[in-house]
Amino acid sequence: MNQSLQPNLIDRAAVATPAGLARRVRGLSDRAIAWIFIAPTILLLLAINIFPLIWTIRLSFTNYRANRPNALVRDVGIDNYVSILTDPEVWQPMQATAHFVIWTILIQTVLGFSLAWLIDRKFRGHGFWTTVILVPMMLSPAVVGNFWRFLYQPQIGLFNYGISAVTGVPPSSFEMLGSVSLAPWSIVVVDTWMWTPYVILICLAGLRSIPDYIYEAAEVDRASPWRQFWTITLPMALPFIMLAVLFRGIENFKMFDMVNLLTSGGPGSTTEVASITLKREAFEKWRTGYSSAFAIILFVTVFGLANIYVKALNRVKSR
Amino acid sequence: MSTSAHSVVEPTARTKAIAGTLVVAYALLTMIPLVWIFLTALKTPPDSISYPPKIVFTPSLEGFCNLFTTRSRQTEEYIRSLPPAQGRCEEIARERNMAVAGPSNYLPRFWNSVVIAFGSTVLAVALGTMAAYGFSRFRVPLADDLLFFILSTRMMPPIAVAIPIYLMYRELGLSDTRLGMILLYTAVNVSLAVWLLKGFIDEIPREYEEAAMIDGYTRLQAFAKVVLPQAATGIAATAIFCMIFAWNEYAFAVLLTSGEAQTAPPFIPIIIGEGGQDWPAVAAGTTIFLIPIVVFTILLRKHLLRGITFGAVRK
Repeated sequence: MNQSLQPNLIDRAAVATPAGLARRVRGLSDRAIAWIFIAPTILLLLAINIFPLIWTIRLSFTNYRANRPNALVRDVGIDNYVSILTDPEVWQPMQATAHFVIWTILIQTVLGFSLAWLIDRKFRGHGFWTTVILVPMMLSPAVVGNFWRFLYQPQIGLFNYGISAVTGVPPSSFEMLGSVSLAPWSIVVVDTWMWTPYVILICLAGLRSIPDYIYEAAEVDRASPWRQFWTITLPMALPFIMLAVLFRGIENFKMFDMVNLLTSGGPGSTTEVASITLKREAFEKWRTGYSSAFAIILFVTVFGLANIYVKALNRVKSR
Repeated sequence: MSTSAHSVVEPTARTKAIAGTLVVAYALLTMIPLVWIFLTALKTPPDSISYPPKIVFTPSLEGFCNLFTTRSRQTEEYIRSLPPAQGRCEEIARERNMAVAGPSNYLPRFWNSVVIAFGSTVLAVALGTMAAYGFSRFRVPLADDLLFFILSTRMMPPIAVAIPIYLMYRELGLSDTRLGMILLYTAVNVSLAVWLLKGFIDEIPREYEEAAMIDGYTRLQAFAKVVLPQAATGIAATAIFCMIFAWNEYAFAVLLTSGEAQTAPPFIPIIIGEGGQDWPAVAAGTTIFLIPIVVFTILLRKHLLRGITFGAVRK
């Protein structure tokens, strides 16, 4: 192709194209290509996501047990749902999940935003240190949970040792994973260690998206730094903070790996979040029908909450 | 230094120093667990459980030996009757009155991780690139709904779909097979791949392909020869994100695999030594497993934000 002609051709194409060009040239029509390109993805998702979801819905109305495939399967109507929603013990995992989600989000948002705000001062080497901070969130939650189990050992663990070095409390006098009052917090600590970087990264993008001229105007108006923070920085970064909360909320609502490896839901059922209950019902007790109903309730809850939240997010964004 | 136009909002040197100190302190604090796991990998089992925790110790390869081999306890007479030890691992075992019985399962599990992560990444990126191009360049009916549907598949708790997938795989003979896991991770990853790649392809001017088509290329040729090379960086970044997900995944792996196709994340926690968990071996397995991710994280710096937010936020 003649190089000097290219810009001219591009101009002409830009004017001439929109819809019709490819249909006039040889080869497959655009419509055919679009479908050939998109169909495999949709088919795969239908096979491995939607079909199982529909199957879960179907199973949720039965008393099927996956470990007894030959047993008589009975339709039990909405019995599974009724027994879940009326069982006071089911509220335990829901509360554990809520506790976990609310506290991790609260702590991580405050900590993450503060750190992002500090990183945004652009001190020397901020790029390097930001990358260092981001490493934990790229690791496998299961592997992270497992090695924190080691750090939490009351007799030998580094965590207890560190706490006792700072506070003077003897390290063997408290067990992060074994005590009813501390176990939920042990998970919050690990989750915060792992996922605060995520909030930092998104908040950082939010802070960088605020144009300098707004601050310059504020300086001209002699607004105090404090006032600038409350009237410019925070409101303009808010949609980003809310996005981080959304993603973290969805992820933590379905959190399984870390909890399974740190406490497996114990001691007692203090850290039994919804996913752990679900796993126990489905793959230990083999109450497939019952656990399917539980799964559907969970999915509807996440999906519903996420949708309500996205509406709020859009309202903030459009302000 | 920033230009004079920005000088009004440029933080003072003192502010910067305070901010820098706090951030570095947090970074160092956050690194402690990782450094600790790395140090533990180089300890002997007694050193790893000594109290107070040992920061200074004689490095040993015992953790790595215990990770890669299985050993059996023997009487001293039996150990003495054996031919001279071959290799460091056998020597270490004999010092502890053990004989190396054979290789452990770590390598096969690690290899499963490699095969499944790589296979699902290639598939997810291939499907994702095609779909993303389709959504980016053509007027697809219900495009927004389809894209939202693709995204929403990520909202499902893995455990919720694990039951029917377990049943389905049992029927199809895909349970505990690498192929089954590859297909599953592809399905999970393709949503991310489509969203990310659509963003990258949207940024390539349509005029490039249109010029190529005026030159006589077909739409497919223009896609292969113009769009793909332009999107190469984006495709590479997407591939690494997919690979990291498949590499790290645990819930499906622990529920749907039991041996043959088991990956490293469910395997590492169950490495048991004599008298409980063999922490140096676990730490060694963890260290080897984490190294690729740490390298990828550094490579991905520029794309991290996009990758973790499905491209919803761009830098």
